[in-house]
Amino acid sequence: MDKRRIWEGIRPYVLIAPAMAGILLFVMYPVGYLIYLSLFKYNLMNKDKSKFVGLDNFTQILGRGDFYKALWNTSVYTAGVVILTMLLSLLIAVWLNKKGRFNSVVQAGIFTPHVVSIVSISLVWLWLMEPNQGLLNYLLKLVGLPPSAWLQSSKTALISVIIVSVWQAIGYYTLIIVAALQSISPSIYEAAALDNASKFKVFYKITLPMISPQLFFILIIMTIGSFKVFDTVQVMTGGGPNNATTTLVYYIYGFRTTNIGYSAATGVVLMAIIGLLTFIYFRLLSKKVHYQ
Amino acid sequence: MKTFDLKIVWTALGYLLKAAVLMIFIFPFLWMISTSLQTFRETMTFPPTWIPASPQWGNFAEAMNAGPFLTYFRNSVVVTGSIIVLQFLIMIPAAYAFAKYKFRGKTLLFGMILLAFMIPGQVTFIPVYLMMADWGLVKTLLPQIIPFVSNAFGIFLLRQYFMQIPEEIIEAARLDNASEFKIIRKIMIPMSKPALATIALFSFVSHWNDYFWPLVMTDSAAVRPLTLGIAMLRETEGISNWHIIMAGNVILVVPILLVYLFCSKHIVKAFVYSGIK
Repeated sequence: MDKRRIWEGIRPYVLIAPAMAGILLFVMYPVGYLIYLSLFKYNLMNKDKSKFVGLDNFTQILGRGDFYKALWNTSVYTAGVVILTMLLSLLIAVWLNKKGRFNSVVQAGIFTPHVVSIVSISLVWLWLMEPNQGLLNYLLKLVGLPPSAWLQSSKTALISVIIVSVWQAIGYYTLIIVAALQSISPSIYEAAALDNASKFKVFYKITLPMISPQLFFILIIMTIGSFKVFDTVQVMTGGGPNNATTTLVYYIYGFRTTNIGYSAATGVVLMAIIGLLTFIYFRLLSKKVHYQ
Repeated sequence: MKTFDLKIVWTALGYLLKAAVLMIFIFPFLWMISTSLQTFRETMTFPPTWIPASPQWGNFAEAMNAGPFLTYFRNSVVVTGSIIVLQFLIMIPAAYAFAKYKFRGKTLLFGMILLAFMIPGQVTFIPVYLMMADWGLVKTLLPQIIPFVSNAFGIFLLRQYFMQIPEEIIEAARLDNASEFKIIRKIMIPMSKPALATIALFSFVSHWNDYFWPLVMTDSAAVRPLTLGIAMLRETEGISNWHIIMAGNVILVVPILLVYLFCSKHIVKAFVYSGIK
C-alpha cells in the first residue's frame, strides 16, 4: 500500500520527464550555452585555446556598421511584411467571409503557398523575377511599364523579398481572420441593423473590436516570425546584392563557423529583441484589446 | 428588371475578381510545372512559352541525376516520420500529467514549456550544433530529429484537449480498476483524435519543408534532406537551367500538394486551430 502511495507521488514526474528532458537539453541548456559562448573568443579547432573576453563581442557588435545594416534590413522587412500582410489579409478575409463553396475554394487556394516549402517558393519566385527571361518583367513590358531588376539590384532586392513573404503569408492570416469573423454572434449585427448603422460604422465599431484579440495575436507572431527571416534570403539573394538583404539571422549564420563567439553574441541580441517585442506588445496592447 | 440585371453583373464581377485573386496564388505553381516540362530553348524565348510543345519528361531524370536524390528523399522520410512518432510517445503522457494530475512545481514546469515554445531554433542552433559535434552525431540523422521530439506546442494543445475530457469518465474507469496506461490508451487518445491529427499534420508539413535546421546541422550529402538537395540544384545545374531546377522543385512540392489536395480541410483547420488557441 505504501509503495503505491510513493508511486502515485512520483508518477506525474515520470510522465513528464521525457518531455522536460527534451526541453531542458535542447532549449534551456542551449540558451545558457549561447550566453556563455558570447563571452568568449571561441576557437573551433582547439577548444582549449578559446579565450574569455567578457563583453567584448557585444561592444564589437555595437561598433560595426554591418550589424546595424542587418538590423535595419530586418526592421524594414518586418514592418513591410507585417503592415502589408495585415491589411491585405483583413481585406480578403472580410471579402471572402460569407460561407459558400467558391469562397472556401478561394480560401484553400490562397492558403496553398503556406504548406509548400520556402525553398520551393523562393525558387519559383526567383524564376518569375528573373530580369531577362522572367515572367514578371514580361508582364511589366506587356502593360508598358519599365522592367525591374528585382532581386538583382540593391534598390529593389529587399522589397522583392517582402513581396514573396507577403504572398506566402496572406493565406494563413486570412484564414485566422475569417475564423474570427465567423465566431462573431449574428445577433450583434442584427442589433446594429436595427439601428440603421452604416456598413463602414459597423466594421469600425463592431467587427474590428470583436476580432482585435486575433489581430493582436497575428501582430505578435508575425513580427517575431519576420525577425527570424532567413530561408527566403538564403535561397533568393544570399544576403546580397551588396548586403541589401542581409538580415539578422543571416548575419548570425554568416559568422557561425568563422567567429562563433561573435555569432553567439548576435544570437543573444536577437533573443533579447524577440523577448522585448513580446513583452512590449503584451504591455501596450493588452489594455486596448477587447476581450470577451 | 433593371436592378435585377445589375445584381447579376455585380455577382459576375465578384466571381471574376475572386478567380483573379485565386490565380495570383495558384499561377506560380502552374508556371513551375509548365517550366519543368519545357526545353532549355523554350525557357529562353520571348514571349514566354506557356505550354511546352512536347513535354520533356527527361528533365525530371536529369534533376534526379544531379545528386543522390534517393538518399535525400529517404532522409526526409526518415526524419519527418521519426519526429512524428517520437513526439507522440513523449507528448501524450506529458499532456496527460499536466491536464489531470496535481503535483508540486506543476505551474513552473508548464511555464517552462511555454517559454520553450517562444525560443526559436534560430537562436539555439549554434550551441546545439556544438553539442551534436561533441557527441559525434553530426554524421547521423539524429541532429535533425532529437531536438524536436519534445514538442512544446503539441503538449500545450493536447493538454487543452485532455482537460476538456470530463473527470467522471476517468474516475469511473479507475473504479473499474483500469490502469492509468489503459485510461490513456482507451479514453484519452480516442477522445482527442482531432487534436492528435492536427499536431501530426502540422509536424509533417513543417518538418518536411524545413530548410534552416538541416542546413545548419548537416555538412555531408549522406544526411541531407530533400529541401537542401533541391536548393543546391542551382549550384550543380547552373543558375540558368530553370527547366531542370523547376523539375526538381516539382519533385519536392508535389507530395505536399497531393496531401493538401486530399485533406485541405483538415490541414486548414490544423493551422487555424494552432493559430487561435
